[in-house]
Amino acid sequence: MKSAIILFPGTNREKDMADAIERASGRRPDIVWHRETDLAGYDLIVAPGGFSYGDYLRCGAMAGNSPIMRAVKQQAERGVAVLGVCNGFQILTETGLLPGALLRNAGLKFICKYAHLKAERCAAPFTQRLAPGQVTEVAVAHNEGNYFADAETLDRLEGEGRVVFRYCDAAGTVSDATNLNGSQRNIAGIVNARGNVLGMMPHPEDATDAALGKTEGLPLFESVAEALAPA
Amino acid sequence: MKAKVFVTLKPGVLDPQGKAIEHALGGLGFEGVDEVRQGKVIEIDLAEADRAAAEAQVDAMCRKLLANTVIENYAIEIDG
Repeated sequence: MKSAIILFPGTNREKDMADAIERASGRRPDIVWHRETDLAGYDLIVAPGGFSYGDYLRCGAMAGNSPIMRAVKQQAERGVAVLGVCNGFQILTETGLLPGALLRNAGLKFICKYAHLKAERCAAPFTQRLAPGQVTEVAVAHNEGNYFADAETLDRLEGEGRVVFRYCDAAGTVSDATNLNGSQRNIAGIVNARGNVLGMMPHPEDATDAALGKTEGLPLFESVAEALAPA
Repeated sequence: MKAKVFVTLKPGVLDPQGKAIEHALGGLGFEGVDEVRQGKVIEIDLAEADRAAAEAQVDAMCRKLLANTVIENYAIEIDG
């Protein structure tokens, strides 16, 4: 699996993402600077977390309009797998690759803690190694993770089985009490209609190394490595 | 030409910052504050001398970058 991680000014999670992908696939991703314009030949493209362009204007707005994103869009339209985590999710919504937007957390606080996620969509290329309803605990670290879309869009996402993760408790119960940032319908991650573009606020890459305490993020990367391995 | 762009959250989109300001105003003793919504103002100096053309140009800027129309409305004011 050949993968690329896009680096914007202000990105800061590219190394953890590279480590996670390498752990699962055995191959180190290329780090690609945002001024590049060609992403041909990659099986997976990742927009990692951080604070691209200092979150100026809106989180992800500047990065969403940078030269490399035209290439990301082209590859996504060809069916290449695209993963956006945290700021990467914000960037993917700003480019229009995913519907909705990420607003300021309802509690107005930067949230940095472990959160339980319930897997709802368990399908290639991102989550076939998770069981429907499976609860994993991974870190969240964001100030603007409050997922918003209008009711019609939310109904469509749910109707098409495009909600991948929701915030829940350890038992998998999804409720207002487990909705840490005010996201509509507890949504933590969604895919596009074709299923090849995933955006999520939590950081699965932070939970892939036993030495750091948790490995519950590993199945996502193993799913990708399995789905995109050369035939 | 000078342009001012006012970007505001759409009605129905939660504005936690506006809510916090609303509570703070109440705490300071200002009564009768029903709702506060926070937005931003962007000032742009334009080379364009024609008013209509300037407005069209800024409108395109809003749709492309300055506002996210999923969550925000925008209004344009042209001076000069």
